[in-house]
Amino acid sequence: MTENKNYIHSFCTIQNNKIVLNDETVFEAESTSFADFSKQAYKKLEINYPKFFKMDSLSKLAFLGAEILLKAEIDPEAENNIALVFANKSSSLDTDVKYQETISHEENYFPSPAVFVYTLPNICLGEISIRHQLKTENSFFIFEEFNPEFLVNYANVLLDTKKADKVLCGWVEYFNEEYKAFLYLVAKEGVVEHQIETIKTVYKK
Amino acid sequence: MMREAFITESNCITPIGFDVAANVKNIGACVSGIQLHQNSSLMMAPFYASIINDIDLDTAFAKISPAVNYTKLEKMMILALYPIAEKSKLDFNDRTAFILSTTKGNITALKNKSGENFQKAQLPHLAKKVADFFKFKTEPIVISNACVSGIMAVSVAKRLIQSKIYDNIFIVAGDEVSEFVLSGFNSFQAMSDAPCKPYSKNRNGVTLGEAAAAVLVSSNKGSSKIKIIGDGSINDANHISGPSRTGEGLFRSIKSALAEAEIEADQIDYISAHGTATSFNDEMEAIAFNRLGLENTPVNSLKGFYGHTLGASGLLEAVIGIQSVLENKLFVSLGFDELGVSQPINVIEKNENKNSRYFLKTASGFGGCNSAVLFEKVN
Repeated sequence: MTENKNYIHSFCTIQNNKIVLNDETVFEAESTSFADFSKQAYKKLEINYPKFFKMDSLSKLAFLGAEILLKAEIDPEAENNIALVFANKSSSLDTDVKYQETISHEENYFPSPAVFVYTLPNICLGEISIRHQLKTENSFFIFEEFNPEFLVNYANVLLDTKKADKVLCGWVEYFNEEYKAFLYLVAKEGVVEHQIETIKTVYKK
Repeated sequence: MMREAFITESNCITPIGFDVAANVKNIGACVSGIQLHQNSSLMMAPFYASIINDIDLDTAFAKISPAVNYTKLEKMMILALYPIAEKSKLDFNDRTAFILSTTKGNITALKNKSGENFQKAQLPHLAKKVADFFKFKTEPIVISNACVSGIMAVSVAKRLIQSKIYDNIFIVAGDEVSEFVLSGFNSFQAMSDAPCKPYSKNRNGVTLGEAAAAVLVSSNKGSSKIKIIGDGSINDANHISGPSRTGEGLFRSIKSALAEAEIEADQIDYISAHGTATSFNDEMEAIAFNRLGLENTPVNSLKGFYGHTLGASGLLEAVIGIQSVLENKLFVSLGFDELGVSQPINVIEKNENKNSRYFLKTASGFGGCNSAVLFEKVN
């Protein structure tokens, strides 16, 4: 179905308090909460972007993964046509539950716009787009489980139809302290071919 | 050579009708679904919204299924898809996909936090329930991309068909009015205290609504008269809860759609825009349209009829827009009185006849997302 060959340029996994880039551990924390882990990672990676602390956990997770993969890719002087194709299982349910708490009790009713805005899974795409100034194709999908077939096909479509020069794909699942982020950058040049089987293997690592 | 993609069937379930014909008839008569509601389980104070009558919905659903274990949203979605699936006579094999678009799905289930209810709030669970009703074989593709979800689904479907991954794609888009969303928009002070007035001087916010819309996108033209000829869904990269002041993402999304369709902006005959009636959204759209030289192109927002139906809105408004193009009509942008955006735009002030060939549907939403899809009427 793909007309041209595409390649996996780089990949990153965040789970169990650990960030791994292309098989190399970039950062690891002792057993801790996600809030603490993400804060430690932010410091270690010298991100210096105070808006990070306003984000919900899903956005923090996606943001950290994108930071690792895009740091070397972005030319601040140029237009970077890197599309974002993200997916997960639980949508924004972690924040949905927190928001629901704020409207469930008549005597303690305090809905906040700062929480409500994160009750959409695609907000993390907005956060990444703002950070890296990506005025590019964005879409957020939901699947029962990691769906490499769809992600590979859709990334290829965007590249083959020239809607994007590169595609950052991401599986960013977060619910109730359980999380996994797996992000990878697909480009037209590279060494490792962009194939479903390869993505499956890398995801399982 | 890329394959072409066509809209071959469409349907919608809304407060002003349970099929396209009934909806178009009511729009022709300027009948809106927006009413004043007093329902403390949704909101303490009375509020305007466009809400589907439960009894009418249950009566319609009972005609297609004896099952009672479906939520309101599931019934809306199944009813929207049902005639399309029946009429298609397609074999639901691995070449037939199913896309479901929604922002909040069965979020109402979170009100009662039992394990079973929690399951219901998961979007894959909702998608599976609807898919199982129709016995689709492929895994549902859920799009949850804020208020562009419904129209983005058309763009995604077209791309998957172009690339020969599927031959036929059923899309359903739906959202319901919930305490969750009402309280959220209210916390943003984005709710209008009267039926919404898109692009008007005295607009003061959103009226929420609920609906489900469905289409079949196919590589097989059949008797279809609507081809999807270009699309783009580009982020503003500006702010997560407000649109870009220059309309950058919308501007680029439309540009991308035009480039792909190989037509010029001045060839567009009609725009079905987003028009939520918030101060910032409508202003942003006017700026984006002007940057493209679209200030004279007839434009409407259907929010005056349906309210903002969130993840359903883009698809619902495309379905109605397509029907107006097929009937050589332009529908009034209900609620509009005096232009209230800083740049000129040509808001449709009354129902009129016009033969349109190129039709643009746009939407924008939280997270800085935008989506634009171009349709062409063909013989």
